[in-house]
Amino acid sequence: MIAHLAKRLGILAASLAVASMVIFVVVEIAPGDPASYMLGMNAQPDTVAALRAELGLDQPKLQRYLSWVAGMATGEFGTSYTYRAPVAQMVAERLQVSLPLALMALLLAMAIALPAGILAAARRGRAADAGVIAATQIGIAVPNFWFAMLLVLLFALKLRWLPAGGFAGWDDPLAGLKSLALPAIALALPQAAILARIMRSALIETLGEDYIRTARAKGLTRAQALRKHGLRNALIPVLTIMGLQFSFLLAGAIIIEQVFYLPGLGRLIFQAITQRDLIVVESVVMLLVFAVILVTFLTDIAYAAVDPRLRRR
Amino acid sequence: MKPTLLIGATLTALAFGAALLSFAWTPFDPSAISVPDRFQPPNASHWLGTDHLGRDMLSLVMTGARTSLGVALVAVGIGTGLGVPLGLAAAARHDGWIDQLIMRGNDLVFAFPSLVIAILITAVFGPGAINAIIAIGIFNVPVFARVARGGALPLWRREFILAARTAGKGAARISSEHILPNLASLLIVQGSIQFSLGILAEAGLSYVGLGAQPPVPSLGRMLADAQTMVSLAPHTAIVPGAVIVLTVLGLNLLGDGLRDRLDPRLTRAPA
Amino acid sequence: MSASFDFKYHGGAQSAGAEPPLLGIENLFLHIHGRQILHDVSLNIAPGEILAITGESGSGKSLTALATMGLLPDGALTEGHIRLGGKDLLSTPERALCTVRGRKIGMVFQEPMTALNPLARIGDQVAETILTHRAASRAEARLIAAQTLARVGLDPDRIPPSRYPHELSGGQRQRVVIAMAIALKPRLLIADEPTTALDVTTQAQILRLLKTLVCEDGMGLMMITHDLAVVSDLADRIAVMQNGRIIESGPARALFSEMRHPYTRALLSASGHRPTLPAPRPAPPLLKVENALRSYPGRRPSLLAPKAQHQAVRDVSLTLHEGERLGVVGESGCGKSTLARAILGLEPLQGGSIALGGRPVDTPDQRRRIQVVFQDPFGSFNPRHKVGRLVAEPFHLVPDAPKGRSLEEAVAEALTEVGLTPDDAHRHIHAFSGGQRQRIAIARALITRPDIVIFDEAVSALDVRVRARILDLIAELSRRHGLGYLFISHDLSVVRGITDRVLVMREGRIVEEGPTNAVFDNPQHWYTKSLTAAVPILPQPSGGGETDAGHPVP
Repeated sequence: MIAHLAKRLGILAASLAVASMVIFVVVEIAPGDPASYMLGMNAQPDTVAALRAELGLDQPKLQRYLSWVAGMATGEFGTSYTYRAPVAQMVAERLQVSLPLALMALLLAMAIALPAGILAAARRGRAADAGVIAATQIGIAVPNFWFAMLLVLLFALKLRWLPAGGFAGWDDPLAGLKSLALPAIALALPQAAILARIMRSALIETLGEDYIRTARAKGLTRAQALRKHGLRNALIPVLTIMGLQFSFLLAGAIIIEQVFYLPGLGRLIFQAITQRDLIVVESVVMLLVFAVILVTFLTDIAYAAVDPRLRRR
Repeated sequence: MKPTLLIGATLTALAFGAALLSFAWTPFDPSAISVPDRFQPPNASHWLGTDHLGRDMLSLVMTGARTSLGVALVAVGIGTGLGVPLGLAAAARHDGWIDQLIMRGNDLVFAFPSLVIAILITAVFGPGAINAIIAIGIFNVPVFARVARGGALPLWRREFILAARTAGKGAARISSEHILPNLASLLIVQGSIQFSLGILAEAGLSYVGLGAQPPVPSLGRMLADAQTMVSLAPHTAIVPGAVIVLTVLGLNLLGDGLRDRLDPRLTRAPA
Repeated sequence: MSASFDFKYHGGAQSAGAEPPLLGIENLFLHIHGRQILHDVSLNIAPGEILAITGESGSGKSLTALATMGLLPDGALTEGHIRLGGKDLLSTPERALCTVRGRKIGMVFQEPMTALNPLARIGDQVAETILTHRAASRAEARLIAAQTLARVGLDPDRIPPSRYPHELSGGQRQRVVIAMAIALKPRLLIADEPTTALDVTTQAQILRLLKTLVCEDGMGLMMITHDLAVVSDLADRIAVMQNGRIIESGPARALFSEMRHPYTRALLSASGHRPTLPAPRPAPPLLKVENALRSYPGRRPSLLAPKAQHQAVRDVSLTLHEGERLGVVGESGCGKSTLARAILGLEPLQGGSIALGGRPVDTPDQRRRIQVVFQDPFGSFNPRHKVGRLVAEPFHLVPDAPKGRSLEEAVAEALTEVGLTPDDAHRHIHAFSGGQRQRIAIARALITRPDIVIFDEAVSALDVRVRARILDLIAELSRRHGLGYLFISHDLSVVRGITDRVLVMREGRIVEEGPTNAVFDNPQHWYTKSLTAAVPILPQPSGGGETDAGHPVP
């Protein structure tokens, strides 16, 4: 267990190091100087130089990389070129929207997908199974932002149950939840379709294993064998997919925030791109990548918790 | 032929047919703006109605599908062209340095969701269809490498590979002669999945303005244009979305159907 | 009459007739998806009695067992009666069957490696049998599980119930499966090929265990096995099945002495078949392996320790003379297949040398001289290629390999040599049966006219009658071409019939070698002694004339 953990931690650290280098290098080769961009076409050369010095752009690249990484590690993400505000503070504000949105979507997707997948596998070949298969086929094919538009059309514009966009803030938690409800549903359903399919096929595969037959020979009913022996074994491939899905969820959230005009990380990053606020782009992308790598790491740890073959005595 | 395969093949053929036809003919000029005709619901002359500039939706959708399919196809090409050889090489030298390098490289690319790759690329090089292709294509490489490696590893332990090695054949020759043909169905199925994911990704990128730029037509941007008018003219949002859904659905059904059909008999257990 | 009959255990076997049987199957018919699988099967088992059902693959013996358990696959339709203590199981609803399984009937399966849930502790898996039937409280169930595990020979000090399946060997896992089946002392135990996946010494232990359990608990045992030697060692009564029918049944002793049905005779004769080999002649050495060493990096025992080395082949030396038939026997994991691969040049050596005709095996022409036939008739061929291309593959080693017409002729000749027809070259491999595939594998091995063929468990996956014919083919090739070979097998009786000299391997070393008959009749090393002692002995056919194994049976 310790060895497993140590190895995974090593991979985590190495991934972060390489990812940060890739991001830094890519942003470095971006054409255009942020300082002259910020000051406009008519800026005096010495003003530009002064700003460059202020932003730290005149330092050697390696030193800038190291101070960027060191800053990220201590929560000091640098200063936005455009807003002259600490990036960390901007990110923290936006996370209040993005993080609850991603979590709501993940929980909703699991709440829909796992029972649906189990139901389909248990009733394999019957009407319930066919229904789940058809629903997942369509769910996978629907672009989440289009689904979001349809939700707005129905629930916000026609029925007027929920707001069509914007974020009410957390001062009134209910209003906050309401403004995130439609975005979360739009994000969750396509993910739920994928997850339900994986759950179904993993469970069906598991139900064909010899140990299920052994369990039945002990006198367990079909349902008991599925519950006591099938589910836990099927969880292993499902965990993998859930780990991978997190990254799709993040990407999806960035787009969904556009549909609903939510002031989350997604909108921050698009604004930053149009304003060539590269330090913000750099930091937010690094943050997203860090989140994905962290989730991969947690998935690996979860494996060991589920599967004794990965734990060593 | 099973119904899923039939439906999938039909939908896919329709999507490709319409996209190809748009090179030669569309009902109207997709770029012809006619403000007085705007927001027409579907009718006899404009089968799918008109958009906020009075352009014919059917013509727009046909040319837009061209972009979607083209971007996704090239991205899958990049994915298979680079990913499959990498995966085969990794499997042939299992646990060797090349395997380690490829797998770690894969993990790294997986850590950047395709949209984040696209954001980085557009942040640096500006938006456009080519950059969308690169972003989606890069993300496809590790997917195909993983599938090829995962399919090849058990094959390398099979006795017919040992027999080929006994016959003095090298890793490259065995990979092309014995491994690849037995992976074909796996790769075709994965190809159809990545193809449909590519269409969704392209639509998403175009929707947020990182994909194809005007005047190149695009389904995703049609949706972005429709968003502000969705209550006024719902069909401007529903039509392009439905086209995406049907195309992706068709590809997925085709992939599933092919998997059932192409099952390479390799999985059959020894008696 | 063989000595193996003399000490047959009859346990609490009732004298047949008077009492109603424990299990009575009457006129059982089974269709799966419309295909007829079982035809009019009837049999009885009394308490304390061991009934062996035997037959080749596809005879329906396993499905008879599954029908009794009520665990037939979907799409199965049954007719007839299966009575357990007078109650007809076929007309019992599923819910009630769940109270029968595990409590009144226990079952042991063939493959111990996959029969256990990898994520649950073995003690919990045994306790589950008890808890499912609410036969005891949780604490009591734990206790009973621990006792049962101890009873099947898993010493709690060495293998506590808290272990997971992956920490156990195949034989130990099979003991866990048995413990699950007998935890509630069922009246009937069904064992479906319980030792087929196990090594011969482990097989002997498991068979002894089953016998003891039947004796102590007075259970009836339905034993499904393809192995007539196991049957004759164990069973009170025998039923022989072919194509879904019971063609002959009766008390073991009587059945083997009378052998009324020609199929039974054919099975028995094929089981002990010894092909006629030409007499060995002194010849110069051809293949020389000297102090071969092959090790694999294993796991690190702890985080910072160096990786453990697993030594698969340790300091092995052997000589194969021209035209000599050399056997290698040993249990799974002894390194015999690794040795074969090293000789073929598929595995690098960490020490020692391998020379063929005095030169190392590193050039294509040297490698051409050694070819191989593997075990799995289904995995040995690329399913996408036709037989002609498959057979011609080793020509890759020949610089001026025949092409076009002459290639076709070479393939046709090789196919004819192994008893197939030239036309077979144009068919796909999935059109052939297991035995035919092994013939194709032999044709592939012969096409470059090698000096040595390595048979790596080449007949182990085949039914006995097919096996006998392949062994005859190998003997014939040896007679015709003076072919020398290395015959690797876990099956001592097969090696005995097909080799002149034998090496016994254990844990990567050769522990004994010598002329085959001498080694098996008078083993010197303790390990060889335990191996030969563990081999179940076939009854000698008596009465009616011996049927040639090569003849198809009507």
